Amino acid sequence: MSLASALAGDLPVIWFTLRTAALAVLLLAPFGLALALLLARRNFPGKALVETLVALPLVLPPVAIGLLLLKFLGRRGPVGRAARALFDMDIVFTWRAVVAAMMVMSLPLLVRTARIAFEAVNPRLEAVARTLGAGEARVIRTITLPLAARGIAAGLLLAFARALGEFGATILVAGNIPGRTTTIATAIYNDVQTGADAEAYRLFLVSAGVAFLAVFLSEVWLKRRMNA
Amino acid sequence: MTLALEGLRVPLASFALEMNVLLDAHVTAVFGPSGAGKTSLLETVAGLKRPEKGRIVLSGRVLDDAATGAHAPARGRSVGYVTQDDSLFPHLSVAGNLRYGAHRQGARGAAFAESRVVEVLGLSSLLDRRPSTLSGGERRRVALGRALLSGPALLLLDEPLSGLERPLKERVLEHLLKVREAFPIPILFVTHEAAEVVALADEVILLETGRMRARGTPRDVLRDVRREPPASFG
Repeated sequence: MSLASALAGDLPVIWFTLRTAALAVLLLAPFGLALALLLARRNFPGKALVETLVALPLVLPPVAIGLLLLKFLGRRGPVGRAARALFDMDIVFTWRAVVAAMMVMSLPLLVRTARIAFEAVNPRLEAVARTLGAGEARVIRTITLPLAARGIAAGLLLAFARALGEFGATILVAGNIPGRTTTIATAIYNDVQTGADAEAYRLFLVSAGVAFLAVFLSEVWLKRRMNA
Repeated sequence: MTLALEGLRVPLASFALEMNVLLDAHVTAVFGPSGAGKTSLLETVAGLKRPEKGRIVLSGRVLDDAATGAHAPARGRSVGYVTQDDSLFPHLSVAGNLRYGAHRQGARGAAFAESRVVEVLGLSSLLDRRPSTLSGGERRRVALGRALLSGPALLLLDEPLSGLERPLKERVLEHLLKVREAFPIPILFVTHEAAEVVALADEVILLETGRMRARGTPRDVLRDVRREPPASFG
């Protein structure tokens, strides 16, 4: 079997992983960016607590996060029950759980990178925009976001890269169901377990390539921002 | 125009700004050594700092009243503010900067035509440029034009000439004098240079560690300063 045709066989799992990671970042972006802006620009009681909670997925075992998600998203968890009642759908052990695990695990990287980008925007520019008659929404749209754009893009890319590699939380909350919830990371695990080393290395190369590209681009963007 | 600062108190890092004055000249200079609270005064009038006590009343309109908690937000005060570092929006062209506040025109205060502002400030050849490609003097003029185009009822200038080389300084001063002639808008500007007070102001207030030490015509106040300079002018 040639490498090309072997890769063609991997395409569904690669495509599934890219799609779920992209969706996770897309869903996470509004909340993550709002949180980053809040942490960058406002002081409020309990800020240190929020900062700690946001950072936790970086240091907790991903499996522990998965356990927590299982509690919340499971059929008897608050979110899982609501999803069943409202939309008659399951979350755990479906692609939705894959997305949820990716979102939680990517949150810290997005928030941290975007927050630094927001903090680098001179607050005087925002103040002057206000004296020129701009309301908060216009200030954010026309001054803060454009000036932080590179850092935000870098944060989104890092979050995407993190989502692509997510394993521990995913396997607990979404399982490893071929054709339904298997991602590149869980497929590699499968391949190693079944002694399919060639397949595992092939997927390793794919994920390394995508991750390298994403992190490389985010580094380039961050550097350019700082030199601008 | 009258700008009334009634029993105003604004706490700063190491002292408080305390003013009780009615300003009614066309161009008023706030003169004083650095660290006297001059910029904080402008920020308070612009609505970026909130007074702890007292009122700010601009031509009969109450902008701040600490007693009732009234505070007109910066965006609704019709007060143009040109910061010392000019604060041009780096991602917008000169035209984009100039027009940023222009949508507010007509709502309140004087409305000036863009073409007139561009002409008076000599900006017509710069409209497509980015702020990063402008000289220090050009940047000041763009910032001034941007504030004028937002239709302010009062214009605040923070050290409009500081940090510029001599020939540039004279050019910007010329433009400031032109703005003074062309637009009937009251100006409150901050400076630590006596020469700027003489060149631009009708009236000057001398500020020292947050308090007004003297007020009058540039001639009188500057004569007093020479006789008895505040410590930091030394």
